[in-house]
Amino acid sequence: MSNEPEYDEITDTYTTGHEWDGVKELDTPMPRWWLWTLYATIIWAVGYWIAMPAWPLVSDYTKGVLGYSQRDVVAAQLNEAKEARKIYAERLLSADLETIENNQDLLEFSMASGKAVFGDNCAGCHGSGASGAKGYPNLNDDDWLWGGSLDEIHETITVGIRGVHEDTRLSDMPAFLTDEFLDEGQIKDVAAYVTALSDKSVTAPAGSLEIYQENCAACHGEDATGNKEFGAPNLADSIWLFGDDQQSLISTISYSRKGVMPSWAGRLDPATIKALAVYIHTLGGGE
Amino acid sequence: MTNLSAPPTVNSLAKGLTSLSLGIGVLMAVFIVAKTSSAPMAFHGYIMMLAFALGIFAVIKFGSRDNGRIAAEKSPAGVFYNDGVIKAGAIAAVFWGVIGFLVGDIIAWQLAFPALNFDLEWTNFGRLRPLHTSAVVFAFGGNVLIATSFYVVQRTSKARLAGEIAPWFVFWGYQLFIVLAATGYVLGITQGKEYAEPEWYVDIWLTIVWVAYLLVFLITLRRRQEPHIFVANWFYLAFIATVAVLHLVNNMSMPISFVEPKSYSLFAGVQGALTQWWYGHNAVGFFLTAGFLGIMYYFVPKRAERPIYSYRLSIIHFWSLIFLYIWAGPHHLHYTALPDWAQTLGMTFSIILWMPSWGGMINGLMTLSGAWDKLRTDPVLKMMVVSLAFYGMSTFEGPLMSIKAVNGLSHYTDWTVGHVHSGALGWVAYISFGALYCLFPWLWKRKGLYSLKLVNMHFWISTIGIVLYICSMWVSGIMEGLMWRSYDALGFLEYSFVETVAAKFIPNIIRAVGGLMFVIGSLIMAYNLWRTVRGEGDAVPETSEAETSETSEADVKTVPAE
Repeated sequence: MSNEPEYDEITDTYTTGHEWDGVKELDTPMPRWWLWTLYATIIWAVGYWIAMPAWPLVSDYTKGVLGYSQRDVVAAQLNEAKEARKIYAERLLSADLETIENNQDLLEFSMASGKAVFGDNCAGCHGSGASGAKGYPNLNDDDWLWGGSLDEIHETITVGIRGVHEDTRLSDMPAFLTDEFLDEGQIKDVAAYVTALSDKSVTAPAGSLEIYQENCAACHGEDATGNKEFGAPNLADSIWLFGDDQQSLISTISYSRKGVMPSWAGRLDPATIKALAVYIHTLGGGE
Repeated sequence: MTNLSAPPTVNSLAKGLTSLSLGIGVLMAVFIVAKTSSAPMAFHGYIMMLAFALGIFAVIKFGSRDNGRIAAEKSPAGVFYNDGVIKAGAIAAVFWGVIGFLVGDIIAWQLAFPALNFDLEWTNFGRLRPLHTSAVVFAFGGNVLIATSFYVVQRTSKARLAGEIAPWFVFWGYQLFIVLAATGYVLGITQGKEYAEPEWYVDIWLTIVWVAYLLVFLITLRRRQEPHIFVANWFYLAFIATVAVLHLVNNMSMPISFVEPKSYSLFAGVQGALTQWWYGHNAVGFFLTAGFLGIMYYFVPKRAERPIYSYRLSIIHFWSLIFLYIWAGPHHLHYTALPDWAQTLGMTFSIILWMPSWGGMINGLMTLSGAWDKLRTDPVLKMMVVSLAFYGMSTFEGPLMSIKAVNGLSHYTDWTVGHVHSGALGWVAYISFGALYCLFPWLWKRKGLYSLKLVNMHFWISTIGIVLYICSMWVSGIMEGLMWRSYDALGFLEYSFVETVAAKFIPNIIRAVGGLMFVIGSLIMAYNLWRTVRGEGDAVPETSEAETSETSEADVKTVPAE
């Protein structure tokens, strides 16, 4: 093995004389642009250290001549945003819901706030367009379990349904099969009965009217149009929250459903809940 | 001093001690199976029992190999190189690579079509994602590093690997680590630290294996018959030593019991986050950069048959890279509870790191001076050159993204995902593919690969795949970042989170298609290498010099040096 530098014709450079398994090294100087760029980044870094918080000391750190503090900046920005909205928040709190909806200024603010809040808190279940999904009501139509007036919507958002709020909305439809109120045959018949109310192609079986009147009418009403006092759905329309096929209906009657919506009081501030109620009310289905 | 020209013998004391240790391992595994209340832990107990028992069997049988076969292994340089373990590592790398890429593409499709998780706990994104990252980084990348480092350190030191059992222990022990980690993720065992997900008992096992790896490498280096240590070995050694330190510190934790998988980290809150990203970023720096630069420094000059461009650059960029990388971790925690001063240091050292990183690219690319014509005929070299280009691009993008103002837009978005993959697919995987395409014919003593056409096909399919991947992630990442920060006139967020997810649908599909092309490319490689092992065809790059076909065999090439 030789340790003598060799001349490399192609690059006009000498090797270092080292060789490992046939691999040699040229003794090329470091590219100047590379070296100068390295120096430049170091100089820039030193400048940055002088300007900004940089080096830890024993119990403190170098603060930098610009006096920058990320926490101060965040606090200031949050405060600024809060100040900017303060006037609206105060007006929202003092006004009633009707007034908010009829005031151009407050309505605009509520729509903007409601949209943002809805997207991050409600859209997960009700969908980005509030059109709902199986088990999650459509908020654009006229069918409201607990009422679609501004106040009713506001109350539902605040206390939730089967939520943790002490005044939460609560309805308790029995599980007619599990609780042994009805047998499977009767459940099948009454499912057909309620379907027949909106679907003319289905005929109510004989005796199903009696089953309905004895078991269901107390909450859902003689005419089956429901009762928003108990959150009892209208069964005479063709809107079915858990599916419109017989099997889904039979399952609902047999085992009950008990959907849950969180109580938003305490999670969202009162002004935001008001804005959200107005936003949802304007979606198209408000009463 | 070991006599390097005598055929290697197996020390019976080493056999006895290894068997004894593995026997203790079996007993510990039995204890775990008997006492644990966790079904996945019991499953791991059975795996360990089986692995250690097979290990004892293998150690007892070890050394009863045909002496004629060993004698035939004597290289023209007069050294008995240990190539068996390298062959195993190269095969394992291809195997785990294909699996890791495939799992990655499956979860890419899941992001576009979530139903593809089949609603099963074992196949949801949260469990398959660490399976993907560990399979590609540690299983694929790790085996490539073990195989190439064992190859390079022997050839450039003219010394046989230290120990007879030890290198095999490193290889099989590492595979056991991979199996325990991977099955653990799928069964729900994780300590929730990115790239350090395995729980305490798997960490302890990896520590044992890694110390053995370090010792094998160091002792081999010490036995070298060359006056200087070759540059690739500096990088390999930095990789092995630093990964050991990173692994130990970040995994310090207290198990709730010696037979249960759960443990609690020594670090909490922002200290835990900083330790994690000191680990995480240096896993990138020392595992995925330093280690693979080691590969580059041997395989590029070897394949190009040119001297390394600049010895001085290699020294300066090595030391500056090693020194600076360690500081850069905090840039993963900009705009968090991490103190301002730590964010500043993370960012400024990341910027200074730009040129030291590029030193490797310059040294690789400029080594081709006088050999650029080979790119026309040698797709393997083409792959390695493109890997250096991707390395240069992602080590420019990295410092750019570490700047706080840029990071405010890029952080938590798909841009980060794209950045990681331009480094991982473009740099790490491509330099690995290049090395594997070199190694297989060398190890199995073939004149060349089965087909260079297939290498070319692999190159183009996966290059287009990478470009689709990176571009779609730039688009979706920047879009997502801009959507997150857009406010309306009244100061409310313009878009909800779910809208930003919906907006990424098309880029997600393009990314998954790009990933699929990368998987197909890796299958083409696996097929090509398999046919190469079977000795079907000797495709050698065309060249005007008649003797070049000879010189592509490493062992032949060492002859004139004697």
